[in-house]
Amino acid sequence: MDQQEASVATQAGPGTDGADAPAPAQAGAGVQLETRPPAVEVSGLTKSYGDIEAVRGIDFEVAAGETFGFLGPNGAGKSTTIKILCTLARPTAGRASVAGHDVVRERDAVRRNIGLVFQDTTLDNYLSGTQNLRFHAELYAVPSAAVEPRMKQVLDMVGLWDRRDSLVSTYSGGMQRRLEIARGLLHAPHVLFLDEPTVGLDPQTRSSIWEYINDLKTREDITIFLTTHYMDEAEHCDRIAIIDHGKIVAIDTPEALKASVGKDRVQIQTADDAAAIRELASVFGIEAAMHEGAVTFSVESGEEFVPQLFARLTVPIRSVSVSRPSLDDVFMSYTGTTIRDAEASGTDHMRQMAARFRGRR
Amino acid sequence: MSMATQTAQPGAITAQDGGLASQIRVAVPERSVRSDLRAVSIVWRREMIRFRRDRLRAVTSLVQPLLFLLVLGTGLSSLAGGSMPPGVNFRTFIFPGVLAMSVLFTAVFSAASIVWDREFGFLREMLVAPVSRSAIVIGKTLGGATIATVQGVIMLALAGLAGVPYNAELFLILIGELLLLSFTITAFGVMMAARITQFQAFMALTQMLVMPLFFLSGALYPLSGLPGWLSVLTRIDPLTYVVGPMRHAVFSHLSLSPAALAHLSPGITWVGWVVPIWLSLTIVAVMGLAMLTIAIVEFSKTE
Repeated sequence: MDQQEASVATQAGPGTDGADAPAPAQAGAGVQLETRPPAVEVSGLTKSYGDIEAVRGIDFEVAAGETFGFLGPNGAGKSTTIKILCTLARPTAGRASVAGHDVVRERDAVRRNIGLVFQDTTLDNYLSGTQNLRFHAELYAVPSAAVEPRMKQVLDMVGLWDRRDSLVSTYSGGMQRRLEIARGLLHAPHVLFLDEPTVGLDPQTRSSIWEYINDLKTREDITIFLTTHYMDEAEHCDRIAIIDHGKIVAIDTPEALKASVGKDRVQIQTADDAAAIRELASVFGIEAAMHEGAVTFSVESGEEFVPQLFARLTVPIRSVSVSRPSLDDVFMSYTGTTIRDAEASGTDHMRQMAARFRGRR
Repeated sequence: MSMATQTAQPGAITAQDGGLASQIRVAVPERSVRSDLRAVSIVWRREMIRFRRDRLRAVTSLVQPLLFLLVLGTGLSSLAGGSMPPGVNFRTFIFPGVLAMSVLFTAVFSAASIVWDREFGFLREMLVAPVSRSAIVIGKTLGGATIATVQGVIMLALAGLAGVPYNAELFLILIGELLLLSFTITAFGVMMAARITQFQAFMALTQMLVMPLFFLSGALYPLSGLPGWLSVLTRIDPLTYVVGPMRHAVFSHLSLSPAALAHLSPGITWVGWVVPIWLSLTIVAVMGLAMLTIAIVEFSKTE
């Protein structure tokens, strides 16, 4: 097996000075996306626990290099799907492959090629950051010579190099999550699975985690598969699948999903609202009405429409606001519920209890 | 997907460290005996690190055996003294049992760390790795066995308190027997931990089993001249088969008369037949291996 050979290769950049070499992954990503086989392939995937069908025959593909989000309320089947993809659960029917390997027949091959960050922490609080990473490196048989440089690299990436020798029990929640992300990347997986990577973190920490994830996309040639029930986080994905009651109800880019839901909403305040409504009907053929004290109407693309509005409307306009449909609207329109209903569910409560218990020790 | 596309895509992933313009290529090799051994080793090392960090545990684990040795041993010596040959203390008699006790509790507690790991998620980190479950179970068992043996050796260092001579050969024999006992008891604990997933339940159940194991092992009394029912129970207790050989080792290094030795360490008998020491120890080893095997099978079934 040639994988045993030269595990660490330090190469200078294309220029001989090596001082400001370009980042090839970024440049090459677009091309590779076309030619490489999909990172995740799922067809007819079903999983039942007794009478309960957690996943009911789903199909999708994730391209290599893509950031793919699985969005849905708790209990929709997100975690079950991710468990199957990570070889932690066997599908009842259908098949799935990750990094080109079947999740049932080639379990070890899948495991070697994926990184995992679970909802709940899986760190050893009694070990230091370095010791946790070292444990992972040995368990994944990362070639010995590569362990040290790679550990430095991932710790730098998540900004924990300075705290590497502190016990994990002294880390904040956000630092622990970052360490888990670093650990998930340590063995250079093809696909990184993030199951609710920011659940239970405060908004500031959440956004800092996302900075690290976005940064990661530019640094590493990696496919990211994540689940979330935070709407705003789904925006970071290249594509989103909305899953509800074990079925994928929609799958597309965030933009396309929003566009599919509806038009942008434009509200204007004018000198003469009644005249404005008449003109909108006669000039643009748009039906407008008064809502919230403003002339309100819907158009396909709000930003493109506003300049025309100024050019062609004779009534003076005092203010304009354009609001786009949010993913909340998308979610609502596909599942009939708001995601916030899911957030207050029992499983979250349990997790908070567990976190509190953990913190006390 | 075809094999061709798979090989065209190199097994190594290239990562850039922005400003450094250097690339660190990491490839996770296929599973092999070597990678499994690395896994055993790191699981073992983690147990050692945690044991070293937890000095309080090493100290508190000494309290109970010391109470038995110094308080019970001294307190009962006036009563038991009459049946002891001159120059032999009752504390000397129970010292092997006390050694076994310190190992017994430490080993079970070490195995409990699996339940602990499960409760706090770390077990998952181990179970999702591309290594065989046996590597993890063996690493855990050896780790727990090492810690328990170290605990036993700390107790052994206090041999002088029990009038046991500091004899190199005796110590080597005792350490070997402690290691065997530690291994078997940890394997027992790990086997239990495969099924019992809650810490409280695990501790309750193991404590319930550990005290009878200790009391029925002949740690505190000779195995000869017992009433029938107790005699049978002591022969079922696996701990008996380590305490017996340890006691034999201690007394055969005390320059006693053959009659006194026969009186104090009569050996374990099965309906009159004296079980040789090698068989005693083999029984313990086989039990340990059997429980380790069950533990591996059980852990391979989960997730």
